[in-house]
Amino acid sequence: MGGSAAPLFQMAGVCKRYGGVRALEKADLTVEAGQIHAILGENGAGKSTLIKIMAGVVAADEGRMLLDGREVKFASPAAANQAGIVCIFQELSLVPDLSVADNISISNPPKRFGLIDRRAQRRIAEEALARAGAEDIHPLAPVKDLALSRRQMVEIAKALARNPRVLILDEATSALTAADVAKVFVVLKRLRAEGLALLYISHRMHEIAELADQCTVFRNGHNVASYRAGEKSDNEVVELMIGREYSHVFPAKPPLKPSDRPPALEVRRLAWSDRLRDISFGVRAGEVVGLGGLDGQGQRELLLALFGVLRGVSGEILIDGAPASISSPSAAKAPKIGMALIPEDRKTEGLMLPMSVSVNLSFAALDRISNRGVIDRAKERELIDHMIELLAIRTDGTNVPVGSLSGGNQQKVVIAKWLMVTPRIILLNDPTRGIDVGTKAEIYQLLRKLAATGAAILFYSTDYDELIGCCERVLVLYDGAVKRELVGDEITERALISSALNITTSGGADMASAVSA
Amino acid sequence: MSDWRYRLGEHRGTLLAFAFFVLMFVIYASNHPVGFTANVVQTAANKGALLALVAMAQTFVVLTAGIDLSVGMVFVLTNCLASSIVIGSPAMVALGVVGVLLTGLVCGAINGAIVIYGRLQPIVTTIATGAIYFGIALVLRPVPGGDVDGTLSDALTGRVFGVIPTSLIALAAVVLVIWVPYRRSAIGRAAYAVGSSEVAAYMSGVPVRRAKFLAYVASGLVASIGGLFLTFITASGEASAANGGSYTLYSIAAVVLGGVSLFGGSGSAIGAIFGALMFRTIGDLLFVFDLDPLWQPLFQGLVLLAAVCLGSVRLFQIRNRLDLFE
Repeated sequence: MGGSAAPLFQMAGVCKRYGGVRALEKADLTVEAGQIHAILGENGAGKSTLIKIMAGVVAADEGRMLLDGREVKFASPAAANQAGIVCIFQELSLVPDLSVADNISISNPPKRFGLIDRRAQRRIAEEALARAGAEDIHPLAPVKDLALSRRQMVEIAKALARNPRVLILDEATSALTAADVAKVFVVLKRLRAEGLALLYISHRMHEIAELADQCTVFRNGHNVASYRAGEKSDNEVVELMIGREYSHVFPAKPPLKPSDRPPALEVRRLAWSDRLRDISFGVRAGEVVGLGGLDGQGQRELLLALFGVLRGVSGEILIDGAPASISSPSAAKAPKIGMALIPEDRKTEGLMLPMSVSVNLSFAALDRISNRGVIDRAKERELIDHMIELLAIRTDGTNVPVGSLSGGNQQKVVIAKWLMVTPRIILLNDPTRGIDVGTKAEIYQLLRKLAATGAAILFYSTDYDELIGCCERVLVLYDGAVKRELVGDEITERALISSALNITTSGGADMASAVSA
Repeated sequence: MSDWRYRLGEHRGTLLAFAFFVLMFVIYASNHPVGFTANVVQTAANKGALLALVAMAQTFVVLTAGIDLSVGMVFVLTNCLASSIVIGSPAMVALGVVGVLLTGLVCGAINGAIVIYGRLQPIVTTIATGAIYFGIALVLRPVPGGDVDGTLSDALTGRVFGVIPTSLIALAAVVLVIWVPYRRSAIGRAAYAVGSSEVAAYMSGVPVRRAKFLAYVASGLVASIGGLFLTFITASGEASAANGGSYTLYSIAAVVLGGVSLFGGSGSAIGAIFGALMFRTIGDLLFVFDLDPLWQPLFQGLVLLAAVCLGSVRLFQIRNRLDLFE
């Protein structure tokens, strides 16, 4: 044994690829016992892949993991837990129909005579809840009846009940109330004093400033810097996170013609549940407006709310200046409103994979190409051919299943399907995720072309590069609200990252004042 | 302490099914031309116990968010088998009973293996295996017939102390020996977890596949106990497609009436048993009120529909419509 020299946990040269996309590239990480170690990085920097590898959810392609200086490999989350590495995911690991106590002891319940000892299980649950500072939660309450913040506390208690040596918190505070966050911080500091190693992933810079002993910044799947907390200013941290590789080709943005017509889409004080707060903005015909911010700040919910998927949305939606009520996707796509949503997950929400290209293309537009319920075959044929040509979809005829096309071409089919209804307002939910560079460039061209013909486009992307290259304006969301609106030259990677983290850096502020002056 | 509130909540479906059953049975018995006699109860119990066993078998699989459409056929197959081998010397009878139960176990294991390791959908798999099991039943008993050990048959379908039907005692024994330990074992807990959220269960290190497999095995075993019981009641075996089909469908109805969620993860076999008894009583109610038996399916359908409606009230509270499809 190397005595006190060996760190508690170490990762060296870890690589992971998903298809052609590399998520981690020679990543190194050293975690010491008795420390809170913060991991920083923007969307797609490789943070979540790193955690998944540590927690045994996915396996690394290359590289080594060492626990107490000995090499380890985890085939499953259970194996990682056994070794003492426990990860708190975001509400992913609780079973809704079981009680809090059942959930806390789910992977190895206490037994007597071969059966679960409910009394011991309850005692464990009470202890764990107390340790997490959540005594108010009843151990017998079913998890599905708990509010999101309570569930998150149960998740923390469940992790503690496993007596971890390395505890990973992945945005574990994002669903918590301020009072809970304060309690959790006390708990985390106590755990640190007890000698645990804590890995803390958060986008809240002030939390990191309060908690962390050590910080590591990831960029493009690689750790670019590791430093003691407090050694670097927010400005320097943002600087480290910048530096994504530019590989995309964007069409020129034509100047927007001034117009006194009302915006094609206007939103006033939109709110939903606790996920969207007081959102107001407008998108004019011919304009491409981006939605930015870190992943999961309400961007998806905003698009779903506009498209009539969410219930109980408050606020006003105006189409061409007139109030409209959009109660369902079919109302949204009706000619009166003319809205289309290109969904995030093309495999489940966008396409019927085993069905043919032509069927998929004409599905959303069936009412426009049929006469009294009978599909006009000739008209359908004509429209489909037009779309395939317009988007340059590479397919071996229109009768092959859409699932046999490449990812990029599948995405084009999803877009084409919605273009067939000739929408005036196009919402896109991260449409280029996981597709090749060539197709991406074609999609950017297409967005421009659509804008030029008068469509209003609202474009959510997790890729900041795309927002910079495609959008006239970007709304940066943070915690369900629009934190900042960047216009024209203000849209820089620095401004996007710092407003996504809800901090003001000097550079961004200067730029803003320069533009407004 | 508000423990009782949570315990009540946990067993709400079961308790509701129990209450409804008692209500219906009291109405039935008090309007019966002969009145509330030991005979009336015994007949009702024997009939009800069969469906109760098949419904219990179904529960194991439904809890894991699967479905077993072969339970009725396993029930019929084991009935045909029992009518041939559960007879003779006491040793042969004992061996015969073991053989019948083993057959049920193997049927369930085949279902489980195909669904879990072959990754096929439970509906299609169990329709197919069900047809195979029925085919074997036909080979065993091309025409109705056979016999079963008389002593055992009389003992299990008669009465104790002149009032309590032994079929109910047998049913209670099955619950105590199979269901209660299952419910309180780690693997039973795993089955609930898998049915409630398979992703969460996997992420928590629960043995997902083993839990599902064992649920199918348990289903086959309990269905074969049902088949054995049918043999004791009728003292013969019959490869009846109608019987197999209706028991399968009624078992699903009973499970729903008993408060077991078809989405998996919540409910109890005890609830399903009361659901089965309730379902049987509906038919009998029509009889005592002198309604044409032709109304029976319609009436049962209405009750089932009402129960399903009660179960889906929660859907009105969903705020993201995409959650409706999960």
